[in-house]
Amino acid sequence: MYWEKEIETMDRGNLEKLQAARLGETLGRAQKSPHYGKVFKETRLDTDRIWTVADVGMLPLTTKEDLREQWPYGFLACSRDELIRMHSSSGTTGRATVIFHTDGDIAAWTNLLARSMYMTGMRRSDVFQNMMTYGLFTGGLGFHYGAEKIGALVIPAGAGNSKRQIQLMRDFDTTAIHIIPSYALHLSTVFAETGVDPRRDTKLKIAFLGAEPHSEKMRLKIEELYGFKGFNSYGLSEMNGPGVAFECPEQNGMHIWEDNYIVEIIDPVTLKPLPEGEEGELVMTTLLREGMPIIRYRTKDLTRIIPGPCPCGRTHRRIERIKGRTDDMMILKGVNIFPIQIERRLMEIPGVGTNFLIILDREGYNDSMTVKVEIQREFFGGDLHQLEALRRRIVEELRSDILITPRVDLVEPDSLPKSEGKAVRVVDNRQE
Amino acid sequence: MITYQLSIFAENKPGRLAAVTQTLAKEKINIRATTIATSDTFGVINLIVDDPPRAEAVLKKAGMTVRLSRVLAVVIPDQPGGLDKLTQLLFAEGININNAYGFVLEGARKAVFVVSVDRIEAAEKLLEEKGFQTLDARALSAVEPVHYKKK
Repeated sequence: MYWEKEIETMDRGNLEKLQAARLGETLGRAQKSPHYGKVFKETRLDTDRIWTVADVGMLPLTTKEDLREQWPYGFLACSRDELIRMHSSSGTTGRATVIFHTDGDIAAWTNLLARSMYMTGMRRSDVFQNMMTYGLFTGGLGFHYGAEKIGALVIPAGAGNSKRQIQLMRDFDTTAIHIIPSYALHLSTVFAETGVDPRRDTKLKIAFLGAEPHSEKMRLKIEELYGFKGFNSYGLSEMNGPGVAFECPEQNGMHIWEDNYIVEIIDPVTLKPLPEGEEGELVMTTLLREGMPIIRYRTKDLTRIIPGPCPCGRTHRRIERIKGRTDDMMILKGVNIFPIQIERRLMEIPGVGTNFLIILDREGYNDSMTVKVEIQREFFGGDLHQLEALRRRIVEELRSDILITPRVDLVEPDSLPKSEGKAVRVVDNRQE
Repeated sequence: MITYQLSIFAENKPGRLAAVTQTLAKEKINIRATTIATSDTFGVINLIVDDPPRAEAVLKKAGMTVRLSRVLAVVIPDQPGGLDKLTQLLFAEGININNAYGFVLEGARKAVFVVSVDRIEAAEKLLEEKGFQTLDARALSAVEPVHYKKK
């Protein structure tokens, strides 16, 4: 039942000793990067001292803004020849963040996914259909490598094309899938349309639900529709991608792999560490990263550590479902979108006024985004075609940036809430 | 002669046209003709009024997005082929009609056809040469549309 029994069930004392040793090595590597080299020097950090896990709080925090500012190579701690892969966050507005991996990094990440999937019961006899986007997004390739490492037969189906997904499941007796929860709900309607009962007509038994937060209620609904076990997972590209934390068969919290990461929960305002069990912002430090070590990364995700041991026997602590964000990031169909991306794009388009409003809805099982955009008074030429052309242009420009096709409504100037101070740019009507 | 059409950008929802007509009614501005072109969630209200500059000012003051544009108000005979004569003429000159609408005049068996065209000076000159009567804002406000006819 364990992929690596010794590590997964290591007693806390030894696990913390392992973390401390790896922290020292990580700091030594990080110092070679332009960013940390400068930061450590400025803060007069002695990386050669003996470190304990408790000391991590004295290290500087790292933010997404730091990663953006140092784009692309400022966090690199090795020569470029040693890199074998890069992944990047979505969006072309402003600077994306980029994460580089050495072969050692890919091996460590792959191992974490193999460990996670094995934990849920996946074995080499399984057929794994990866219904996630491949490419710059980490979700596709991460799971693909992990499943191959276990030795399962991998179907690299990619995202979308529902009818083909169902056909593949039936033709090759798929037993495990990796799927975005909202897409799982949508796919169930396609199953119904085609007269195929996922419970009766497929061999599905395990689903990895990832890339967007979902409620316990939604998980139970998906499990009911398909008759499989759905496992929640957590990851972010800065910390590799998927496989950072994963549910065990207890399905009660996600084990965060502490041999690979030091985990802290901090108060997002005071930045002080919070006692175990309290909800706050998850902060993580990589322990095995070679190409691009990241120290105390502020994930902006809100969660808490579930106190106490897990009946499964693993000693790595569990985090709860992500409760929300400390920033205004939206997740739609598995894609991370910041209102600022939309704002920047809109403001570059002639004819667009000063205010806009993003409305998120769930129609049936499909999430949708509507962007209401004020037009500029002077732009209006009295012609409907001109307005239609503007509307189409906004749709196209946003689609190319956020990778989702929004509905765009043009509205009259000054008809939307003013953007004074912290404007409410997003209305989320999605119900659980 | 060239006259003016008011175009108002409006969201396609209850009350938007009512807000326009209320503002004009308060100011005793007379509407001679109107058309509305709608897309899915928004549209453009086009109006011919008796006092275009004042109408523009009061609508803008009411916060509306208004555009005054030049159009031709052409008098045509209210009989089969009356409109055809005009459109054939514009077509022969390669003048494109972007928008058009009309109303019938009382008594005179005539109609006024409002056309928004791409080359307005050329169109105006052409119509003059061919003997068409075009109305300016003042002339427009003087003519009596048939729906005003008292029974």
